[in-house]
Amino acid sequence: MGALRLIVKREYKARVRNRSFIIMTFLSPILAVGMIFLVVYLTQVNDNSQHTIVVVDSSGMLYKEFENTASVNFEDLSPLGLEEAKKAVEKNGYFGLLYIPKDVKERPGTVKFFGSEVPAFSTLDAIEEQIEKKITEEKLVDRGVDLEMLDESKTNVSINIENFTGERTSKVSNWIKAGFGGGAGYLLMMFIIIYGNMVMRSVIEEKTNRIIEVIISSVKPFKLMMGKIIGTTLAGITQFTIWIILGATLLFILTAFMGLDLVGSQVPLGNMGATDADKIQLILIDILKLPLLKLALFFVVYFIGGYFLYSSIYAAIGAAVDSETDTQQFMLPIIMPLMLAIYVGFFAVINNPHGIVAVVFSYIPLTSPIVMLMRIPFGVPWWELALSVGILVASFVFTVWLGAKIYRVGILMYGKKPTYKELLKWLKY
Amino acid sequence: MEYLLAADHVSKRFGKYTALDDLSIAVPKGCVFGLLGPNGAGKTTLIRIINQITVPDEGEVHLRGEPLEQKHIMNIGYMPEERGLYKSMKVGEQVLYLAQLKGMTKADAKAQSEYWFSRLGVSGWWDKKIQELSKGQAQKIQFIVTVLHRPQLLIFDEPFSGFDPINANLIKDEILKLRDDGATVIFSTHRMESVEEMCDHIALMNKSKKILDGNLAEIKREYRSNTYEVGIETMDDSLRSLELLKVDLLEEMAQRWKVEPAHFKSIHDHDLKLTVQIPEGLTANDLLRYLASKGMVNHFVEVIPSVNEIFIKTISAD
Repeated sequence: MGALRLIVKREYKARVRNRSFIIMTFLSPILAVGMIFLVVYLTQVNDNSQHTIVVVDSSGMLYKEFENTASVNFEDLSPLGLEEAKKAVEKNGYFGLLYIPKDVKERPGTVKFFGSEVPAFSTLDAIEEQIEKKITEEKLVDRGVDLEMLDESKTNVSINIENFTGERTSKVSNWIKAGFGGGAGYLLMMFIIIYGNMVMRSVIEEKTNRIIEVIISSVKPFKLMMGKIIGTTLAGITQFTIWIILGATLLFILTAFMGLDLVGSQVPLGNMGATDADKIQLILIDILKLPLLKLALFFVVYFIGGYFLYSSIYAAIGAAVDSETDTQQFMLPIIMPLMLAIYVGFFAVINNPHGIVAVVFSYIPLTSPIVMLMRIPFGVPWWELALSVGILVASFVFTVWLGAKIYRVGILMYGKKPTYKELLKWLKY
Repeated sequence: MEYLLAADHVSKRFGKYTALDDLSIAVPKGCVFGLLGPNGAGKTTLIRIINQITVPDEGEVHLRGEPLEQKHIMNIGYMPEERGLYKSMKVGEQVLYLAQLKGMTKADAKAQSEYWFSRLGVSGWWDKKIQELSKGQAQKIQFIVTVLHRPQLLIFDEPFSGFDPINANLIKDEILKLRDDGATVIFSTHRMESVEEMCDHIALMNKSKKILDGNLAEIKREYRSNTYEVGIETMDDSLRSLELLKVDLLEEMAQRWKVEPAHFKSIHDHDLKLTVQIPEGLTANDLLRYLASKGMVNHFVEVIPSVNEIFIKTISAD
């Protein structure tokens, strides 16, 4: 078996068998899914408390309109009059009282709500909507409009934004795209930092264990470094794959078992009107319309590319120092471009995914993995992707070469804290 | 003589610092070769060049007459001074991994490691992690890793540090047995007594240069000064006290020979103890005859310079 394969195998095993890797791989999807369900569940519990609202309708035309919802019960106490009704509310501990004056049609701003607590926005919204609808209808009838005729002539228009390749998009979908792209970019940054640190720690471990000299008397340092980077990349891809499979399965099982309506609960007003249901459907369709496969594929591509680029720097840093505490001074050149990429992603890309800043940063190799990943949901032509990946590959070949030179010298240096100047000198050894 | 390893005019510089300066050594096949020198003399750099960890700036190294290349790695076994193994990896797995890196097949590595594990009495450790072993125990594993792939050239950097006397002896015997089986051993150490015991040849390095090398016995012959340690019991033929007799003899001898008082342990408390340097033209027999005429010769030994003395003498003269 080739030495490189042996090293890759060992590094992979060492990563994957590590206790924290196992915990992180299997626990985080459970935690993430569990969190979603906890939030959904709590929202439902929150909504489930039933309130009774007393209606005193002096105009006599609205009280029939209020339909009881899951969380609100309307009780018509108009015959009692406002003062008596107030007493009844207090006596029975009702949630509140809605007072509609006689001249509500002329002065709609005079509707009042009495209560010790402020009702939920969703409840207020629903009440307002129903009053508005009724008054509008009344006014239309007053002016001699036939309501049935009006209903028949109603047209539902929602503008569909279309790009030139014919992919249909909608307004909300921009936010969904930003969410997915941003999430993927952020995850990639975390992956690069976490796995880069793994490589660095493993280099430092070999150095402090002093096994390094035994190993490089058998294989070239470059092979050892590459083996380490490849082995760790594979561990990263393993983790990502397990997350996707586990996350999807868990979500599916939990939805089936608990009978929770995820989509419905995310929008608590879902049962209030037909337009909201439409919106949810749109969101669902939008998510399904996202290039999810492309996103996952390029997540792996950019993870490998970006990771190779950064991890060779991480490996060089690990080789240059004696202990993890000494690495701080060299962390800036790694963290800076990553942070920059995230900021560019969250501001420039979401604002204008095809603007000049977003495009340029999706070519610069240090930032391209994150920025391009954020752009992908908005539709990036294949040639742009090819160019960006091409630049990335060319630069990681360069940084791997550079990192290997520092690595080769650094692993045998003990006892002194190196400076940047010294690292430059090592390149010439 | 057949040489296994030869370094010809090897130089290595790190920036402005010269680690090796035009160094040439030849290691005869089948011997234990001591590589000696104070700290910073360049021993480790030389060993790293032999192991192809670093490349010399100038000069060449030949193994079995061939220029050193990648394939020779499996002919060399190296135990660095700073021992190291993966702490959280199991012993067996680790031994197999490192042997395979040297180019052994897994089956061969397994068979060999079973042999060595039982030979050193560590068979029960296969599934233990290095961090569960004591330092001495880990050293044994390190030794196995070094010799497992049947290298023709073994390089040990301070092999006995970290071993208790019993295990140090065990390892010493194993090294000598490997030599008897045909391996060549390069042995870098500061412990001169183990050099005396084990080395057939030595090379002495100082300040990036070789200052002395050759067969150990020949070097010693070269460094002998024709000096003998003697213990003589004076004849009691008068009533004079023993101490006075000794003083008289010393004075008499000092006129003919170059003498110095000596200190060595013997069972003869009353001996006059001296080191005597025999001048040019005379032999040990002349001295012995003279001494015999003066008293009872209880002690007569040639002073052979120890490696330690040679070491200190050459280094301080350099």
